[in-house]
Amino acid sequence: MASVDLYVSADRLFLRKRLFALALPLLILAYLIYVFVAFDVSGLVERARWENAQVLTRDAWSHKIHITRDNRSGEVVAAIEGERKGRYPAGAAPDWVTLAGTTTSIDLGDGHVVTFLPDNSLRYAIPDYGTIEAAIEGRHVVTNFGADVPDWVSLSKSRLAITTDEGRVSLTRNKTEVFKYFPGWELFFFTLDSPYHGHGLWGILFGDQIDPTRSNIAGAWQDFWYNDMWRHLDVAWAMFETILMAFLGTFGAAIIALPLGFLAARNFSPVWIARFGIRRVFDFLRGVDGLIWTIVLSRAFGPGPMTGALAILLTDTGSFGKMFSEALENVDEKQTEGVSSTGAKPLQRYRFGVIPQVTPVLLSQVLYYLESNTRSATIIGAITGGGIGLLLTQAMITQKDWEEVTYYIVLIILMVMLMDSLSGWLRRRLIKGE
Amino acid sequence: MSDISNNGHDSYMAMIQRKRLYGGIMLAIFAMLLISGFMLADDRNAGGFWAGLPNVFDFPADVLADTAPKLDQLPGHLVTYFSALIETINIAAVSTLIGAGLAIFLSLLSTRGLARWPRLIPVFRRAMDIMRAMPEIVIALVLIFILGGGPVPAMIAIAFHTAGALGKLFSEVNENADLKPVEGLSSVGAGWFQRMWLGVVPQVAPNYFSYALLRFEINIRASAILGFVGAGGIGYELKNAMSWGLGKYDEAAAIFILLFVTIVIFDQLSGHVRNGLIHKGGH
Repeated sequence: MASVDLYVSADRLFLRKRLFALALPLLILAYLIYVFVAFDVSGLVERARWENAQVLTRDAWSHKIHITRDNRSGEVVAAIEGERKGRYPAGAAPDWVTLAGTTTSIDLGDGHVVTFLPDNSLRYAIPDYGTIEAAIEGRHVVTNFGADVPDWVSLSKSRLAITTDEGRVSLTRNKTEVFKYFPGWELFFFTLDSPYHGHGLWGILFGDQIDPTRSNIAGAWQDFWYNDMWRHLDVAWAMFETILMAFLGTFGAAIIALPLGFLAARNFSPVWIARFGIRRVFDFLRGVDGLIWTIVLSRAFGPGPMTGALAILLTDTGSFGKMFSEALENVDEKQTEGVSSTGAKPLQRYRFGVIPQVTPVLLSQVLYYLESNTRSATIIGAITGGGIGLLLTQAMITQKDWEEVTYYIVLIILMVMLMDSLSGWLRRRLIKGE
Repeated sequence: MSDISNNGHDSYMAMIQRKRLYGGIMLAIFAMLLISGFMLADDRNAGGFWAGLPNVFDFPADVLADTAPKLDQLPGHLVTYFSALIETINIAAVSTLIGAGLAIFLSLLSTRGLARWPRLIPVFRRAMDIMRAMPEIVIALVLIFILGGGPVPAMIAIAFHTAGALGKLFSEVNENADLKPVEGLSSVGAGWFQRMWLGVVPQVAPNYFSYALLRFEINIRASAILGFVGAGGIGYELKNAMSWGLGKYDEAAAIFILLFVTIVIFDQLSGHVRNGLIHKGGH
């Protein structure tokens, strides 16, 4: 009889467990479906601009050289990424471009040849397709397409754009433009006006002196460091600012939170009301959150690393205060008793009885936050205007320098990983080692 | 005899003194770094620290001054922005769920003794390191460019980071898991998935849950802040409300209140639940 009861209850337990095991995933699934609808994911897929993704992925690892003809003056200019700083000297062009008076011939490779003809017309010879001819007549674009326009050509009254694997051609009333893509980040080391452009590392280190006024290494370093297009100096400063924000915020908060943590710990602070008050201060500091602190502080201090550091400092004072007071409440009383049995005064009791116990715990928490704050400093910098976060958002907003965006992203990830291993190394060294 | 003990005493005192000296030098260097860092940051800031200090309360005062005469409209604003708040919480919740799900797999695949493909452990570890190092804003901004503004870019960005961050914590938990149930299951012919699901996950679920809860709280903050750079939710509304300028900060005040209350509630709630879990688990 008893065994039957046991079986029944066991069955019931199993049933309940099975129901629970089934109900939880179902609940999660239902929630995900609700969110799928609430976030309008299907609409998002339709609205997504996949061509942006294409541009982004291509520009991330390659650069393009623009050959531009001003259709009013007839002047032809070659420029890397179309930027003034990457412009070839007047009359000069890469070797795949032939400048011959009013006619310019551009070899895009693989048999694709674009020719700028006089009178604002152009010819594009494509193997296996034929030759496209287009011109500006009056205000409109006139082409030889007729009725069937291929899908890789976008044609309107005022603009013609052709995209092939070899490059892009566009024609408007103002200008005729050809883009040719090349792998790599062009001018990353030296801009075109630097004498070191086109020289390899070996040639600079061991070759003949290139610039008669400067030694090779010093001159190359100078031209690299003050590179106009990639601005390595500014980027290095921005990274330093971001790390500075994280460093100042984290350790500043730790220094402020330590005494407050003592005041909020039950076993160190006898006054109930003080404990309660300080704890609510911690809750407030944490609750207001970095975002609001950033907004409030940037109104007072203006944009810059100090604002970001203070925003991190305020939020983390709340977090550290809470964690420190909890750690202090968990200290072992025996050590303190031992120290006080030797006749130690209260301050000495704390110094020799409490501090050695809690230091590893507190330090590891602080160092852990240092790494996570490097990430926060990036985003806070994007809001207040400081550090690498600002550079990243600026490069994103212009929507053309995707190779710079990629560069910043790589740097940010490396920076965070560096801070991560630094904090891990310090934690091991200060807490476990020695 | 007394000679030896004297020697010992002397060398001990010398060691203590050396240690104190090193400690003192370290502290001094650290203090100098901190002070010079603050001076440098102050220098690079648009407005100085001491010049700005009296203005700290200007903005809160403006907000209060704008809100006080329109106090009757405040409940209306709270209701208006409540849906944006829900969106922010949803972003955090979904990204925590998805990120935690991914993290469970990643952590199991990168724990010695449990991994499906032991040779690939370093690969999964590196992958988690990179995911963890990726600040949310980077992915969010790239996705906003492709997908347009809205909650989904923020959700994906936070989930990605969460997977890396939780994966590391989870794999630390996994390392302490008892392998006996796993062995028992494999002796009856269970596959890898069954071994993990039935042998490991029940052991570590409370710890997983506790970490995920802490992450959820962090993610609410992250989704609010990402909204400010254009990824939907209450942060986006806050940015709009801020841009209306002086005299119209009453809506910003409503958002501040909503955000503050939400964060405090979830902060307290998660602390409470986690404490309960820890005490029940007896750790």
